[in-house]
Amino acid sequence: MTTYTTIAEDTRPLHHPKTWVGKYVWSQDHKVIAIQYSLTAVGVGLVALVLSGLMRLQLAFPGAIPFITPEAYYQFVTMHGMIMVIYLLTALLLGGFGNYMIPLMIGARDMVFPFVNMLSYWVYLLSVIVLLASFFVPGGPTGAGWTLYPPQAITDGTPGAGWGIITMLASLAIFIVAFTMGGLNYATTVLQARTKGMTLMRMPCTVWGIFVATILGLLAFPALFVAAIMMMLDNTIGTSFFMPSIISMGEPLSHSGGSPILFQHLFWFFGHPEVYIVALPAFGIVSDIISTHSRKNIFGYRMMVWAIIIIGVLSFIVWAHHMYVSGMNPYFGYFFATSTLIIAVPTAIKVYNWVLTLWQGDIHLRVPLLFAIGFIFTFIHGGLTGLFLGNVSVDVPLSDTYFVVGHFHMVMGVSPILVIFGAIYHWYPKITGRMWNNVLGQLHFWITFIGVYIIYLPMHYLGLLGVPRRYYEMGETDFVPASVQWANEIITIAALTVGAAQIIFFYNLISSYFRGEKADPNPWGATSLEWQTPDTPPTHGNWGPTLPTVHRWAYDYSVPGAAQDFIPQNVPQGEPGADGDKM
Amino acid sequence: MRVAVVIALLVIGSIAFHFLSPWWMTPIASNWGALDNALILTFWVCGAVFIALNLFLAYSIYRFRHREGSRATYEPENIGLERGLTFWTAVGIVLMLAPGLIAWNKYISVPDDAAILEARGQQWQWSFRFPGADGVLGASAVEHISADNPFGVNPGDPWGRDDIIVESSELHLPLNQPVKLLLTSTDVLHNFYVPQFRAKMDLVPGTTTYLWFTPTKKGTFEILCAEYCGVGHHAMRGYVVVESDADFNTWLSDFPTQSELAGPAAEIAAIE
Ligand code: HEM
Ligand SMILES: [Cu+2]
Ligand SMILES: [Cu+2]
Repeated sequence: MTTYTTIAEDTRPLHHPKTWVGKYVWSQDHKVIAIQYSLTAVGVGLVALVLSGLMRLQLAFPGAIPFITPEAYYQFVTMHGMIMVIYLLTALLLGGFGNYMIPLMIGARDMVFPFVNMLSYWVYLLSVIVLLASFFVPGGPTGAGWTLYPPQAITDGTPGAGWGIITMLASLAIFIVAFTMGGLNYATTVLQARTKGMTLMRMPCTVWGIFVATILGLLAFPALFVAAIMMMLDNTIGTSFFMPSIISMGEPLSHSGGSPILFQHLFWFFGHPEVYIVALPAFGIVSDIISTHSRKNIFGYRMMVWAIIIIGVLSFIVWAHHMYVSGMNPYFGYFFATSTLIIAVPTAIKVYNWVLTLWQGDIHLRVPLLFAIGFIFTFIHGGLTGLFLGNVSVDVPLSDTYFVVGHFHMVMGVSPILVIFGAIYHWYPKITGRMWNNVLGQLHFWITFIGVYIIYLPMHYLGLLGVPRRYYEMGETDFVPASVQWANEIITIAALTVGAAQIIFFYNLISSYFRGEKADPNPWGATSLEWQTPDTPPTHGNWGPTLPTVHRWAYDYSVPGAAQDFIPQNVPQGEPGADGDKM
Repeated sequence: MRVAVVIALLVIGSIAFHFLSPWWMTPIASNWGALDNALILTFWVCGAVFIALNLFLAYSIYRFRHREGSRATYEPENIGLERGLTFWTAVGIVLMLAPGLIAWNKYISVPDDAAILEARGQQWQWSFRFPGADGVLGASAVEHISADNPFGVNPGDPWGRDDIIVESSELHLPLNQPVKLLLTSTDVLHNFYVPQFRAKMDLVPGTTTYLWFTPTKKGTFEILCAEYCGVGHHAMRGYVVVESDADFNTWLSDFPTQSELAGPAAEIAAIE
């Protein structure tokens, strides 16, 4: 008979690389890979930020900047949207935070497949390089909109319809390969490598959010993958998956019989879950930040976990709410409006529980919590406007207007980004062993939080007026009052200010890394395992000779009768000062 | 502390912005008041939730801010409260969903007396086709498109001969007459959108989509393309002029029929 050791019991020493290159370049340590993922994602994200500034300049001062032609504007819109959603947010939340936090929070030494994990990063880097290369191919990057709808994406009236779209599709396909390697790793690690005592219902919300988001990604990305391959074939060898017979710029094309709407179904079958691939990790992380800094357990933990799971499942049956006016069978509208509004219930519960966690807490308004509170505000806003767009007939006048631009930036642009900032401030002391500068952190929060609201609140009203999105310029139009120009200028000033304020953030992180005060190993008094490592920053293998054993859930804050206002997960029951396990 | 005040101020600021800013839905000029009503209902329900939740958030932060010696309560869950909140949220959702679905039902059910006409999009202009005296649009396909047959009307289809071809981005419509627009495109996706009419639908090459509305106000309204269609997307404009029946008929009589455009030769060729 064979005997099995669980991964948690495996005591064989890890192979520690000796050289600098082995440690920091071809590294198989999940923490180093996480940093590699994060730095790459942030780097390419800065490109997207610069593009958004350029677009805003065009919208405020139409035609003032000679190189922003309509072609360039649409290329900027497309690259900005795609980079933000896929190459920044998805990569940073899963490849970055997922990699760093999963093994530490569940008490593992590393991911279960460290080599595949390393490969995942390098393939991701390749996808980023291919993506950036598209800025330099003949015709420039694709200007098809981040939704890449055919026929337009591959016909002549769209900038980058030749090389641009091909590099974009190739880059997406490569990204999906990278994601799949990473994703299988994260899911397997959560399922197989939890330390003794770490039951699923004792995992911190962060792990739950990342875990469910990973599974969504594994199920959703294949739809994008096949769509990308099919479009690539339509474009290169003349198949007609998505191409009916059309006349493009006076020239009849040889395609016939394909369906542009089929592409939209495939795209949004991926695209809607994608929203939650970004949102669920943010939900998880923000739950832990709120709980830790208000010294109170997350309110309704079980409900929070189930809400994440239910949202994840439902996110696969709401995709066509992006297609109410696409010309699909109009009877689908009833179903997708209903399923979409049902998803609002578990989502609302999450919001209530965040606020109820603060209620009767002992709230320490440190920078990470400020960002978390900012998130609650922007998420409430974006979530509520989602009820407009999900409710099919309310969507009709608003669809494809600036209301949509305002909505999705609030809900999946600003909200996750605020959580990411909060999370970076929250875990920075553990990751670097140093503390950031509080004044700069506060300044960064205030400018960013107030700034984004000034940017996006007015956009909803422009949408109510009827201003369409993806317009290079509005021109003279009767129904748009002159005051809209004025709004556009203010929005642009706010956007440039917010963009510039990020310099404070980077300066703070970089200078603190070298000159910051030495950080306490557990400066916030947090309960979850990543704060209980023997070394700060944690070293390769994370836990020294023995793995931690978990005795309680991750939220024993302010337990009555306990000496301290937190009891780490690895403190046994009945230890002096600790009372009985509440869950 | 400060953040509690700012959250409250942002709520007040949003309300002030709503009432003071000059921007709101463009005055309606069609029968789609039902869409507006569903939107306004949603607006007030969501507005109330926005105010209530954020003020509660601000109050919680203020009231339970850390002070020397303060300690949080330990309360893992409160099933009763969570059930209650779930229930009332569901009630609110149903309240908004029901009128939305009812309005949608109207939106997709075209009345029998609606006049039919075709709106055609191509990069980056609009054109229109009326069915002529027989009231039926002839079959069409991109394969038939040529200089003297811009809509690709099938020359063999007798219903198509009296179709009136309007090669202009200006469409006239008679007041208070319901119209069903059949939407077609010869190249890429477009979207027929007139903000004052509220209705909106994509034009999809390879298939025909539709929308319907009744213009209820005289005047000139701008058509905007609302589905990205390439570099000229923002410039793909047209006009709808809503006027009396008499004016409309005079306008329409200026345009040629399909057979006038193509000449009898095309039809004879098709028959032989
Ligand atoms: C200061 C920050 C940002 C500014 C000023 C900004 C600005 C803009 C602007 C001006 C557009 C084009 C609107 C149009 O012409 O239709 C746009 C589109 C978009 N943005 Fe952002 N954005 C920002 C951050 C983000 C973030 C964080 C995300 C992440 C989800 C994001 C995702 C998108 C997407 C998906 C589009 C749509 C692209 C398309 O229409 O194809 N943006 N943004
Ligand atoms: Cu969606
Ligand atoms: Cu267009």
